[in-house]
Amino acid sequence: MEEKRIDHMKYLPGMEVLDSTMLDDVTRYHDAFCNEAYTADNVKTALSKQRLTPEDFMALLSTAAIPYLEEMAQKAHTVTRRHFGNTISIFTPVYFANYCDNYCIYCGFNSHNKIKRARLNDAELHQECQNIANTGIEEVLMLTGESPKMSDIRYIGNAVKIARQYFRAVGMEIYPVNSDDYKYLHECGADYVTVFQETYNPVKYETLHLAGNKRIFPYRFYSQERAILGGMRGVGFAALLGLDDYQKDAVATGMHAWLMQRKYPHAEISLSCPRLCPIINNDKINPKDVDERRLVQIICAYRLFMPYACIVVSSRESAAFRNAIIKIAATKVSASVCVGIGGHLKKDGSEKGDEQFEITDSRPFDEMYTAIKTMGLQPITSEYIYL
Amino acid sequence: MEKKDTLVLGGHKFTSRFILGSGKYSVDLIKAAVEQAGAQIVTMALRRVEAGQKDNILDFIPKEVTLLPNTSGARNAGEAVRIARLSRELGCGDFIKIEIMRDSKYLLPDNTETVRATEILAKEGFIVLPYMYPDLYAARALAEAGAAAVMPLAAPIGTNKGLCTRDFIQILIDEIDLPVIVDAGIGRPSQACEAMEMGAAAIMANTGLSTAGNLPAMARAYRQAVEAGRAAYLSGLGRVREMASASDPLTGFLGD
Repeated sequence: MEEKRIDHMKYLPGMEVLDSTMLDDVTRYHDAFCNEAYTADNVKTALSKQRLTPEDFMALLSTAAIPYLEEMAQKAHTVTRRHFGNTISIFTPVYFANYCDNYCIYCGFNSHNKIKRARLNDAELHQECQNIANTGIEEVLMLTGESPKMSDIRYIGNAVKIARQYFRAVGMEIYPVNSDDYKYLHECGADYVTVFQETYNPVKYETLHLAGNKRIFPYRFYSQERAILGGMRGVGFAALLGLDDYQKDAVATGMHAWLMQRKYPHAEISLSCPRLCPIINNDKINPKDVDERRLVQIICAYRLFMPYACIVVSSRESAAFRNAIIKIAATKVSASVCVGIGGHLKKDGSEKGDEQFEITDSRPFDEMYTAIKTMGLQPITSEYIYL
Repeated sequence: MEKKDTLVLGGHKFTSRFILGSGKYSVDLIKAAVEQAGAQIVTMALRRVEAGQKDNILDFIPKEVTLLPNTSGARNAGEAVRIARLSRELGCGDFIKIEIMRDSKYLLPDNTETVRATEILAKEGFIVLPYMYPDLYAARALAEAGAAAVMPLAAPIGTNKGLCTRDFIQILIDEIDLPVIVDAGIGRPSQACEAMEMGAAAIMANTGLSTAGNLPAMARAYRQAVEAGRAAYLSGLGRVREMASASDPLTGFLGD
């Protein structure tokens, strides 16, 4: 039975509306990108520059740049080392609730997917955090499904407060909220907010996000801006590559981050590069169109366009890929990842709630730490003070 | 007897004029870098320090070295002050290098906030070394606020671009009575040497070493460059003239 779909471009009551033109600006770049318009000369010009313009960035994301991938990687490596030295940060995600009101057809947490739902209570949160902290992890990303009903802002704030007792740095990947709620969560101890726009094409977005608050495209788009206004130190951006035209989505992700940095120069900028992964009860999704070569291209283009940005590569990618990409441009990786709820509670790894997607690189913290050191890089567990 | 050439910061004397950064490279290399650089002061970001942390950076810095913790991560004076106080609580001493940045792209220091933080921390007994943009008025305000030195940038941090702000640093050297320590942007030993020839009191470098092929060897090169530049400055540089000095002067016929 088809659900009645609400207008995905219209804010719902209670959703904060910012006086900002950023969505129009990013959409303009998204729509303007024409893959066929770029030539080898455009790519060579971009690679010869120290500071890239948006046009250069788009050239590096075009198919014309594929033959120059090694050159891009070499330059990305140099730029990364200059800005970050040989340091690689390690964090772990803490999935603490998987209730979700949204119906996003590609996501394992979607409200129509029959999975085991759970949220951790105080005692479980303490135990989960303690078990993770015992491994040596000092930075966490607190994640929930998107259910303001089952995981309301007070519940999340409480979870953040508990996490702060065990970890130096706490980031969040939760449903978008208003700036006053971000302010509250910041006061609870969170300082980083990551929101994936999934796709920057509103037409495609509408067909993938059928119900729930997430359906409202502009409200999600302005999450990072509301988070900064709420006092957060840093914000993360991503498109889920493979949902729509990945080149256009990479252009838009980069421009979104770049324009945010211009508007809020103090904000720390972070980029993630997720590709579609198979999910429970739907194994047909396959990241065919964004192969590893293209993923490297996107990551290098992000790096050359934004030398200062943190680039995160998650455990969706293989150990071999992650080992290679941290030598080129990525500066942050996850370790000891369990994408189910309460995955660190029991020694046998059984979870209280099911996973969001399947991971590929399951290396625990120690193994990841050693792997980074073996490569001559310096693993960093935290470079942060809550202020 | 020749007077010993010492760098004095907050009453503490140092014979080395090369301050070594400890970021951006493997902690295992810090000891060798310190030894080869002959460094007596090492900076580190306080946000990297945490007791019990795996590979705690403090465990890798030789004990005889003076720690110069910095406040990187601070976006205003209040945050810098909090980091400085935390540094003292953690046992990192009274030296504090103020770094206040409100731009994640260029990491340029905010002079106004830096002056405010300097004033507060100097009153609390810290030996304050502020990282700054080389502006004469700000440098005077920092001196007035109780800074033990000023640390103007040569170029944006991490760029290795060298003495981009050369003329403005020279003005600070000429006009400010405090030691002027050139910090950020020095990417080659020759640039460090040049800054020392200009009369800088010391050089602080990190990326120039961390991105080098052989870090300890580069640390040694910096040491030699800083020493050479200092020696040249103290000896008084030779004159520079626009035109050649004729060996057969046109007015020679006039006699003595």
